[in-house]
Amino acid sequence: MITLLRELWRSTREALVQLGRVFLFFLQLLAFTPAALMRMRLIVHQIFNAGALSLVIIMTCGLFVGMVLGLLGYDLLSRVGSEEVLGAGAALALTKQLGPVMTALLFAGRAGTALASEIGLMRATDQLSAMQMMAVDPVRRVVLPRFLGGVVAMPCLTAIFISIGIFGVQLVGIQQVGIDSGSFWSQMRSAVELDDIREGMVKGCVFGVACSLIAVYEGYNSLPTAEGVGRATTRTVVISSVATLLLNFMLTAFML
Amino acid sequence: MSDAPAPVGVGESGNLVEIRDLYYSVGRRPVFSGLNINMRRGRITAIMGPSGTGKTTLLRLMTGQIRPDRGTIIVDGLDLAGLNRAGLYGLRRRMGMLFQNGALLTDLDVFENVAFPLREHTDLPERLIRHIVLTKLHAVGLRGAAQMYPAELSGGMARRVALARAMVMDPDILIYDEPFAGLDPISLGVILRLIRQMNDALGITSIVVSHDVQELSTIADDSYLLSEGRVVASGSPEELHANTSEVVRQFMNGMADGPVPFHFPAPDYSAQLLARGERRRRRRI
Repeated sequence: MITLLRELWRSTREALVQLGRVFLFFLQLLAFTPAALMRMRLIVHQIFNAGALSLVIIMTCGLFVGMVLGLLGYDLLSRVGSEEVLGAGAALALTKQLGPVMTALLFAGRAGTALASEIGLMRATDQLSAMQMMAVDPVRRVVLPRFLGGVVAMPCLTAIFISIGIFGVQLVGIQQVGIDSGSFWSQMRSAVELDDIREGMVKGCVFGVACSLIAVYEGYNSLPTAEGVGRATTRTVVISSVATLLLNFMLTAFML
Repeated sequence: MSDAPAPVGVGESGNLVEIRDLYYSVGRRPVFSGLNINMRRGRITAIMGPSGTGKTTLLRLMTGQIRPDRGTIIVDGLDLAGLNRAGLYGLRRRMGMLFQNGALLTDLDVFENVAFPLREHTDLPERLIRHIVLTKLHAVGLRGAAQMYPAELSGGMARRVALARAMVMDPDILIYDEPFAGLDPISLGVILRLIRQMNDALGITSIVVSHDVQELSTIADDSYLLSEGRVVASGSPEELHANTSEVVRQFMNGMADGPVPFHFPAPDYSAQLLARGERRRRRRI
């Protein structure tokens, strides 16, 4: 029992130390941000990498999630004779929960792993050391533009996911099962308020910061070996996913 | 064992790099125990020694990438211990370093790799940057490869591009970490010629870390041989060849066994073979 408690204490302490390191890394990135904004070209390039290159997977998944939501919602609502509120219910679910969370999970899997492995490989192949030897700070030149690119891309991807998801819902609701188009859209317009959209976007921004931070931190601190890079990539997906779900709960509770 | 003396006849002011009583350990394993080295301005200094003697570690200490446990490293009159981050980066702007694998930035083409330090540290107009980069690439014979990416280059070509990048800021010191490792004879000859030419034409100080004795002997002005964390011999390559010390002879003549043992420290061979019940460490994957 004592051994178990000791082990638990050790794990907790290690987790807290790690959390502290991530926070310090985040502060360092924030301190460098004003100067980094002077070099927008680097950030725009990373927005393209993290955002534009994730568009296909985000749009495809958004469409299918929306269509499934439409089918399930119709099945449920038709039992109580309220099919016309499908649009409202689906839009609220997508805007407040599914959109930000699913986008963050997909972002962690596509862009997050790419960020972590790219930075990790740069470390393993001495590219970061070479930069330091050229008197160029890799945190400012490599890590920060990627972090900011992810932070900007994530809310945009969230908005796109929600929009495509709603399109998927109407494909099923209006085109397939024949819900009246007018009541579908008017119910949605009356149910979804600006606060709901704001909640979705706030979550998108927070998840963007969290997922990008975890990805660049894991990549930058990976061991300079093939195994180290692989481990950093895996950790990025796992920690980002857990952090997203945890933050989602906290934000939902806070914004209710 | 005491350190061999520094090359004779060198005044303190003639040294670009001075290492005094340097101690450095990794964990409990001492890498350097009281190392003393002088590197003279405008010369090619070779740092030689068997694998694992800490040659690359010495370069990392000299460039401030890691800090020593004790001792002093003075580069161009500046004590590295007293330099903050800005001071260290300022010093590094006057250094060029050729990494073992080239360490080219893989998302940039050859031209942009060489232009990288110029773009980061200067506000030169694009035309001038292009002129400088092409001049440096021409010097290493790779002007025609300007549009290629690092993945398309051979090992020798990558190292030549890295050399062009290292000298694009016209540094005072050029540091080469194992520049000959894994090169074919032609590429090796090219790199050797370039090191000598750069040093003579630009008047820089070159520090070459390698264990390729024959190659280094043809270009080095001064040589240091490291073993077990200390300098065991120093002087011109000819002096090292004439040295009668056993460890120097073993290294210079490439003998498999000697003061530097062939076998890594291990328990008695027969006792280990006959031992029963020792847990097998093989792990199934």
